[in-house]
Order: sequence, then C-alpha cells, then structure tokens
Amino acid sequence: MRKSWKTDSLDISGDWKRAFPSAASSQSPGLSVSPLKSPSSPPRPRSSDLALRAAMARLRTLPLALLFLLLLGVPALFSVALGFSADSPTDRRLLVLVDDLAIRSSHSIYFRSLESRGYELHFRLADDPKLALQRYGQYLYDGLLLFSPSTKKFGGSVDLAAVLDFVDSGHDLILAADASASDLIRDIATECGDPAALVIDHIGHAISQSDVDHTLIAGDEFIKSDVILGPEKIKAPVLFRGVGHSLNPTNSMVLKVLCASPSAYSANPKTKLSNPPSLTGSAISLVSVVQARNNARIVISGSLDLFSDKFFKSDVQKSKSSTKHEKSGNEQFATEISKWAVNVRHHKVGETVEPAMYRIKDDLEYAVEIYEWSGTSWKSYIADDVQVQFYMMSPYVLKTMSNDQKGLYSTSFKVPDAYGVFQFKVEYQRLGYTTLSLSKQIPVRPFRHNEYERFIPAAYPYYGASFSTMIGFFIFTIVYLYNK
Amino acid sequence: MLEANHVILAVSVPPLRALRRPCDLPHRRRLPAEAGTNLRVLPPSAMGIKSDDGAKSAPAVAATTAAAGLPFSLRSVKLKTKQQELLIRVSVLCLVYVLAFAVRLFSVLRYESMIHEFDPYFNYRTTLFLTRHGFYEFWNWFDSESWYPLGRIIGGTLYPGLMVTAAFIYWTLRFLRFAVHIREVCVLTAPFFAANTTLVAYFFGKEIWDSGAGLVAAALIAICPGYISRSVAGSYDNEGVAIFALLFTFFLFVKAVNTGSLAWSLASALGYFYMVSAWGGYVFIINLIPLYVLVLLVTGRYSMRLYVAYNCMYILGMLLAMQIRFVGFQHVQSGEHMAAMGVFFLMQVFYFLDWVKHLLNDPKLFQAFLRITVTCAGSVGALALGIGTASGYISPWTGRFYSLLDPTYAKDHIPIIASVSEHQPTAWSSFMFDFHILLLLFPAGLYFCFKRLSDATIFIVMYGLTSMYFAGVMVRLILVAAPAVCLISAVAISATVKNLTSLVRTKSKVPQTGSAKVTAGTKSAAKAALDQSLPFQKNVAIALLLGAFYLLSRYAIHCTWVTSEAYSSPSIVLAARGAHGGRVIFDDYREAYFWLRQNTPPDAKVMSWWDYGYQITAMGNRTVIVDNNTWNNTHIATVGRAMSSYEDEAYEIMQSLDVDYVLVVFGGVTGYSSDDINKFLWMVRIGGGVFPVIKEPDYLVNGEYRVDKGAAPKMLNCLMYKLCYYRFGELITEYGKPPGYDRARGVEIGNKDVKLEYLEEAFTTSNWIVRIYKVKPPNNRR
Repeated sequence: MRKSWKTDSLDISGDWKRAFPSAASSQSPGLSVSPLKSPSSPPRPRSSDLALRAAMARLRTLPLALLFLLLLGVPALFSVALGFSADSPTDRRLLVLVDDLAIRSSHSIYFRSLESRGYELHFRLADDPKLALQRYGQYLYDGLLLFSPSTKKFGGSVDLAAVLDFVDSGHDLILAADASASDLIRDIATECGDPAALVIDHIGHAISQSDVDHTLIAGDEFIKSDVILGPEKIKAPVLFRGVGHSLNPTNSMVLKVLCASPSAYSANPKTKLSNPPSLTGSAISLVSVVQARNNARIVISGSLDLFSDKFFKSDVQKSKSSTKHEKSGNEQFATEISKWAVNVRHHKVGETVEPAMYRIKDDLEYAVEIYEWSGTSWKSYIADDVQVQFYMMSPYVLKTMSNDQKGLYSTSFKVPDAYGVFQFKVEYQRLGYTTLSLSKQIPVRPFRHNEYERFIPAAYPYYGASFSTMIGFFIFTIVYLYNK
Repeated sequence: MLEANHVILAVSVPPLRALRRPCDLPHRRRLPAEAGTNLRVLPPSAMGIKSDDGAKSAPAVAATTAAAGLPFSLRSVKLKTKQQELLIRVSVLCLVYVLAFAVRLFSVLRYESMIHEFDPYFNYRTTLFLTRHGFYEFWNWFDSESWYPLGRIIGGTLYPGLMVTAAFIYWTLRFLRFAVHIREVCVLTAPFFAANTTLVAYFFGKEIWDSGAGLVAAALIAICPGYISRSVAGSYDNEGVAIFALLFTFFLFVKAVNTGSLAWSLASALGYFYMVSAWGGYVFIINLIPLYVLVLLVTGRYSMRLYVAYNCMYILGMLLAMQIRFVGFQHVQSGEHMAAMGVFFLMQVFYFLDWVKHLLNDPKLFQAFLRITVTCAGSVGALALGIGTASGYISPWTGRFYSLLDPTYAKDHIPIIASVSEHQPTAWSSFMFDFHILLLLFPAGLYFCFKRLSDATIFIVMYGLTSMYFAGVMVRLILVAAPAVCLISAVAISATVKNLTSLVRTKSKVPQTGSAKVTAGTKSAAKAALDQSLPFQKNVAIALLLGAFYLLSRYAIHCTWVTSEAYSSPSIVLAARGAHGGRVIFDDYREAYFWLRQNTPPDAKVMSWWDYGYQITAMGNRTVIVDNNTWNNTHIATVGRAMSSYEDEAYEIMQSLDVDYVLVVFGGVTGYSSDDINKFLWMVRIGGGVFPVIKEPDYLVNGEYRVDKGAAPKMLNCLMYKLCYYRFGELITEYGKPPGYDRARGVEIGNKDVKLEYLEEAFTTSNWIVRIYKVKPPNNRR
C-alpha cells in the first residue's frame, strides 16, 4: 500500500509540473513562509487521487482514538525531560514565552499535562522587558517553550544568540511557529537546523466538525520510534495547521517526527499558485526534533495550534474518510528515556584495579553499565547491539558486548600488538535516545626490557657458540702459556 | 719526564722516531706474552712514555755526569726551572679550563639560567624524568604525551649519554650535600664538558706534536666559536658532551696506535661507548677510524700496534655500543657501519699474509699466494655484502648519510632534513665567523703535519680534512670540524712561534753559547748556522712574532664578541634593540607555554609545526601531535597538510587527530623572521611529499612566495595564513604604514578580513609571536 502511495505522489508532482509549465524555481530557497493555502484550485482530479484517498481511508479505519494531545505532547515532554542532569532529574523549570497570555488558557490541556508531570511553568510575555534566561551565569530555566510565533523581538536580554546559547549549553527548546511566524522565530528555527520553513497544504486535510479547511491537516506519518512516541501506536492522525519546513539532508541531527503525506505541498493560499511548489510530499516536515551534539533537544513544530485545546479535543476525520477519531491518545506518548547514566570500567583479566596504562598483548575486560531514565526512575537498559571499539586513528578491535540483563555490558579482548594512545569508544546512537558517545583514553605501552623471554630456544646455538668460544679461548691460553 | 721537553725537544724527537720503528713488527710478533707482561707492569701511559724515557735517559745521564762537578745549588736551580715550566703549564691549563667555562656563561648573565633552543628542552624533560623515576623507568619509558596518538618509546629512541651524565653529576652533588636544582646542572653541563675538552685537546696536541702545541690547542678550542655555538650554558644538547667524547675517543685511539697498548685501546673502546651513548655522530668515528687504518695500510705503515689498537677498539667498542638500545644491532646490520667491519677483516687478511710471508721466504711464491688470497678475500667480502644487502639483512644507507656524502641529496629527496636550517650547506661567511684565523692557520698546520709525518699526524690530517668536508656540507658539522681545526692550527702556531723564538733566542744567545754549550741540538745548531746568513733575521722574527700575537689577540677578541653577541641567545627569549638603543626582551614563547599549562585541560592535544613540539611538552606539559624527533614523516606530513589546507579540510584532519589547540608562531608584529609563515613552504613540501593533493605551485605566484595582495588564492586562504593573520588587518604595526603591515616580510598582507569558522582565537602573546587557537567542537546543532 505504501509503495503505491509513493508512486502516486510522484505522479502527482509530475503532473503539477505539467500543469504549471511556467514554474521556474522561483521559490526562494530561504525561509519564506507563506501562509497556508487551501487548494482553491486543486490539481485536476485524477484516478490516482482516488486510489490514494481510498488508501488513506483504509488507513484511517484503523481503530484510532485520540489524536492530538498525544502527538504534540509527547515530543514536548520527551524533550524537556532530556535536559535534566543525571544528578538532579527533578529540576524542571520551564519558561513559556507567549504572545498573548490567552494562550495559557487556550492551550491549557497541554500545559496542565506538563504540570502534572512535575514541571514548573513560568509564563512570560515574549516582549516582557525583564525577560532573562540567565542570571550571574546560571541559567534560570531548564527548558524554553517559545509559543510566541509572531514576536518580532524578545524583551529583556533575550535575543537570538541568547536562545541559541541556551540550547548550546544543553537546555531544551520547544518552538512552535505558525503561518504568521516572524523572522526571529524563523531564524531560530534555521539556526537549529531547519533551513526552510514553508507552507504546507494537504489533500488529506482533516475534516473537523466545524468546517472543512484544507490547511488543516491530519497527519499520520509518524516517525517509527518507540522511544519518541511511546511504545503504543498513535492511533489517530494529528491535526496540524501551520507552516511546514524542510530539513537539510546533510544534517544528521534532525528527525522528522511528523511529516506531511505525499499529497501535501506548501504554498500561499491567498495567492494564486503560479509555480509548482518546491516542497511537496514527505519532504515536508511538520514536526521535527533536533538532538544536538550536547544532547539538548529541540522540538520544532510548524503549528502552534497543534498544542491548543481546540485541536486537542477535536475529533479527527480525514477528508473523504468516514472514520472519525474521538480523541487523541496523548497518554500513549509516554515519555521515554531521556538520558543515559553510564558507568565505565576496564581492567586486566583477573584483576580489578583500573590501570593507567596497558601493555601490548594484555588481556583486558571492558564493562559499561547503561541505564535509561524512564521518566520517573533509572532503569537498566537492555539491548544486544552495544559495541565497543579499541581505537587509535582507526578501530583495532570492534566487539559487540554481552549484557547480563541488568544493564551491565562487558567484553574482554586482547590488546593488539601496537602501542600508542588508544581509546575505548562506545558510539551508540538509537533513534530517540540520547546519543551515547563514550571515549576513554588509555595508553598502550610496548614491552619493558625485562618482559621479554630470558632464553629462547632459537638462540641456543648462539649461547653454545659463545660459551664454547670462551672455554676454548681459556684452554688455548693455558696450553699456549704453559705448554713448552 | 715531560718537563725536559722544552730544552731537549730537538734531541728527543729523532731518537723517538728511531726507536719507534724497530719496536714495531719484529719485537711484537716475537713475544706476545712479553708484551702482555709489559703492559701489566707499566703505568697506563706505557709504551709511548717508555720510548720517550729511553730517548731522554741518554742525554739526561750525560747531563748529570757533566754536571756532577757543579755545586749542588745549580742542580736545585735546574730542578726549579723544570718545576717552573710545569707550574706555568699547569696554570695555563687551569686558566684555559676556567676560561672555557667562563666564556660560555654569557647567556646566563645576559638572560637567566635557562634551557635554550628546542632539542635541549626534550633532553631536560627526560633528565628530569630520569632523576625522578630512576634509570629503569627511564630505560622503559613510553611517552604517551608526544606524537599523539602514536606515542614514542623514549627509552629506545634516544641517546641516553647526556641525560645519564647530567643525572650522575646531579646525584654526586646531592651526595656531597650541594642542594642544586637539576636545571642548573643541565644548564652548566655543556660548559663543564667544554672545559674538559680543552684538557683532552692539550693531551691530544701533545700526542701529535708536543706539549706546546697541546697548550695552544687547548687555548684555541676553549674559545673557538664553532664549538661555543653548541656548548654555551643552557645549550643542553647531545653535542655538548659528544664533542668531548669524540675528541677523547680519538685521543685514546691515537695513543693506542702510538703505543700499541691494549690498555689504551680498551680505553678508547670505552670512550667510543660513551660517544655512542651520547650522540648519533659516533658514525663519524666508526667510519673515520677504519678509513685511517686503511690509509695506514696503503701507505705501508701497517704495524702490530695498529693491529692491536684497531681490533681491540673495534670489537669491544662494537659490543659495548650494542648495549645502547637506540643503536642496537646497527653495527652488524647497517650499511653505514660496514666499512669498519670490512677493515676489520682486511686487517686479519693482512696479518695472515704477513705471517705467510714470514713463513715463505720465496717472494715469487708469496706474490702468487698474495694474488689468490686477495682475490678470494675481496670476492668473499663483496659476495657477503651483496647477499646481505639484497636479503635486507644489511640495511642500506640512510637518507642522512646520503645527504652527508651528496649535499644535494636531501634537497631533492628528503625535505624534512633539508628543511632544518642547521642542515643547510655552509656559507663561506659562517666559516669565517666560526673559525676566524684558524681558517688561515689550518693549511699551514697541514703543511707542518705533512712535514713531520707520523701515525698521529696522519690521523689528525685525515680528521681535519674529512670533517672540513662535512662542515662544508652541513652547517652544524662545523662543530665536528672545530677540534680538528684547532689542533692543526695549534700545530702551525706552535711550530711557527717556536721557530721564531728560537731564531730570536739563538741570535741573542750566540755570544753566550759561544762558551761551549752542549744543549744546542743538531737541528737548531744547523738552523742557527743557516740563519746567520740572513740579514735582519732577528727583526723579521720579532715582527713576525708580533704579527702572530696580533692575530691571536684578534682571534680572542673575535671569539668573545661572537660568543656574547651571536651564540648566547637562548632563542626562546628574543632580544632586540629598541628605538632608543635599549634592550627589548620578547618573552612570548614562555608566556604562551605557561598559558597552555595553566589554562588548558591536562589532556589537551596541541597541534603545531614540529619545531615547537619539544618546548610544548616540556614547558606547556601538554600532548603534542608532532615534535622535533622527526621519526614519523607521515605524521608530520599530516600536520603540514592540515596547515596548508583550507579551514574546513583542516578541520577534518584535526578532528581525526583529536586536536584541541593549534599553535602558530608569527613574527609579523615584531619582525621576527623565523616564524611559521617563513617556514610554511616547507610544510607544503613535506605535506605534499606524502599527500600529493598539496602542490607547491598552488602557493606560489610565478615561483615567488608572497603574502601580499598578489599572493596565490590558496595561500591567502589556507589555515596557516588565516591563523597567522587573523585580526592582523586591524593592527597598525609601524608608523606611516597601512594597517596589516607585516614587518617580518615588509609587505601589507593580502587578506585582511580573515574569518575563522572552525577555530577561535584562544590566546595571543603580548608581541603576537605565539598565537593559540582553540578548535571548536563540531557545531552543536548540525
């Protein structure tokens, strides 16, 4: 089914090009966000469209329940949880910047769900002149929610650089944009790895109870990660209205959590579509997550409404589908692991002390304990694909570690016959989990001069030769001196 | 016995030579056992002194019998003059000893008691390690702080002689309750050994000529700039002790050849062992001595003394040298040492032939035998060498050795050797600078040596000529030539002055000696008779003497001036004259290294060009990627490649090497010309030698190296350029010049708007000489 979808969407886009022959690539590659456009002049209906819709309808017939809450809430919670230090996972101060304090009530379900998880929310207007993220070099908050898409300029000491520093120092950010997103918000999104923020439209728009609006999208192309979205399937599509964005393919840090369906495209609904949209189909990301190298997490949502009570509560029905979903399954999206706790040990076989240096051809054991933060407590992490490298410019040893089902991974190997400064490296990257990148430097020295074998069999002829020469010389001397 | 020399020299010399001949072959061969017993009985200075004794005993006896009738007082007076002579000689030697030490202290007085240059910092660091952890730890030391991530086996890749010597001195002083710091010991090791070298020079000069020549040689070498350049206080380098060891080994060997004594040749083997432990220049010894033996064989001077001296010295020296880990089995496996082995076998063949000749009394038969034996021996030797080389058992000559024989070799094949300034061919001016009048006296001395050819003078002539050739090939080898030049010049000075003074004296003495004096030997008498015919002889002699003293005093002045002005700068602290003639000190290097030490994490890795590696590890205590021990060309080329690439490419290289900081040396503000921009072409060449993506022409414009607006685009954007000139475009360095005026190269730089993307400036010293950049971590969000 999926396959047919893809080909369909390709067809469609091909068709669009044909339909709008004048379409040069006038779309600016930058961040121009144009408001959502409802396809007032949709492409000519084609038979493939019908097939597509049928497929979607089938999809929707899955027993889905509630949508919205879920989808949105989950990544958000998830990301916030990440920022905790392993020592004090209870620091949960979040700063919420809004354009209008009305958002506090219009998105109350979401905020309440955060509070119920123990977060402490501080609401501020985005242009509050006393706004500050840090004081005396200490950050005041552990996470930042930017629910103020139209802000042109933050108040106080906060600006683009301050927000980025906040992220770069390991804190989390949830950013919600919408069609009216200001340059500032777009800049932040760009800096966080999304080069383009563009409009989205969708054939599979949602049918909600009130009106039919093609800019309202029901998305169900979720990322397939239990960790991000929870172990249970999200059963209903997510309602979305706002801007989409594209991801820089060279950026490996960013993930699409929710992407648009193949029939979506981005354009300005108010203007006539004269050129084929540059962004179509699943290239459009609706909600994406960036996991920075320092494991700060950023959620970028093209839609602020996504978090709103209205969407949370609304039923969802995809267009042309008869199925209705009553509610979003927010709770399913339980936050998963936020952070690893790691404990590394290595020692020689038969010893327990960790040496400062190894010798070539030593047998050593390497063990690492990995725990995950389940949202409430540390649990041991069980997997069978954790590998350790013994690395000096290139891996000399690469071994999969066995675990004891309690989070302790261990392996043993012989140090290669090469001296130098090695590293034990564990590079473990799994979708949704914090990147686990451990390296521990350890020098490996050659043999000491007295660690070689004292006598080797191959040298016995030489021993014999030298001793016989000595004896012979002695005898010769005696004979020569006294034999006359 | 030495005292008598002045008076009876003319007498003693001919008998000495006369005696030496007969005692050569037949005497030795007849009774080896007797030779052995002789050795045991005699004092170390056995044979030579013995013949000396023999020479002197006759006139001495005559003198005593003649003086028997004189009153006792006269005899005591005569004894007193001998004592006076001894006293003068000893005090002159003492003064020379002190002078040699003191003249090398300019650097300490001018600056402070500190280690100089580059390599000495490594030596200092290892000595520190040795004194702290003991010899076994030192021997097995694996250093993980240099050549990251490869590491370096320090114990197996250095010549430990210097460190062990310094540590030994340190321990001795400690034992004697002198609470000195190891740094002071290290700083003063080189002057101390230079002073010892003067003593060796004295004895060597005495051995090849006479004690007068010895004294002159000691005085000359004490202040010879060519030697001072490597042995000022603080120049804690291998050469500091190695020149002493070199000269000492040569002296002992010549002594062994002169005496044929096993004890002396054993001593020379030990001296050789010390030399091997101290410096890679021992290869010079192990090639010069066989060459010398070969020359003696060819010139028909083969003797039992030579046989004993060489065989003992070679075998024992070789066995001892193998105990040095860095040298290992090179004596039997490397092409550079094969000459010594070949000569060793040749000696055996020679001895064998001699024995056969002794047995066969038929010359025709012997001729045939000789032909067969020589052919067989030659072909067997050639075959062994060929097989050994082909099978890889005997390693071919190294690049360094080739570059010694062929001065253009390094330039074409090994940029890493050619890039070192001290490996450049020597300019004439530096010969003048380092030798001054010795350069003129050297040929004169050669003339005297040839005039009075003996085994010892042949040796010194060969030493002088070969080392002069090598000094011409490489600047640093002037150091090796310096002792030979001093000795040969000393022969010239001593002989000339002695002749002149004897002229002056005989003239004045003529009326006195008219009253039948016995002392005038045959030679001087003949000379005096000859000279009497010349007009103004005395005046000319006095004038020449004055001229000689004038030259010598110029030499002394020149040497002092050179030492204080040129050779006493530590190079780690730079000095310049300020606008008002005052002394300006640039202490930027240490500023930067201490910044590194105090502001970077202890396991930070610093990338710089290899020149600064030793200093960073020793003073900054941080891990470096490459250092002055240029053992891994690829690693150095990698750094050279990073420096000459664009920033993003360089970033990848630096990431792969875990580099945290990059250090560059920049002289554009102060006008310090030996900075990284001027060394940059070598980085390009060395990098390009391994990674052909780096091409030298990319950095040149019409074959010209420029940094101004007309520079090559790649040059203007490579990492080294960016790091050196970052924010330099904002700076006005000289009045009346535009901003960004590079004083070292005298141009306005071409790229004033340098933007760094992957690095950020971490520290720049007060005079901008050292600039340190931090490598940014990968972008957090992409």
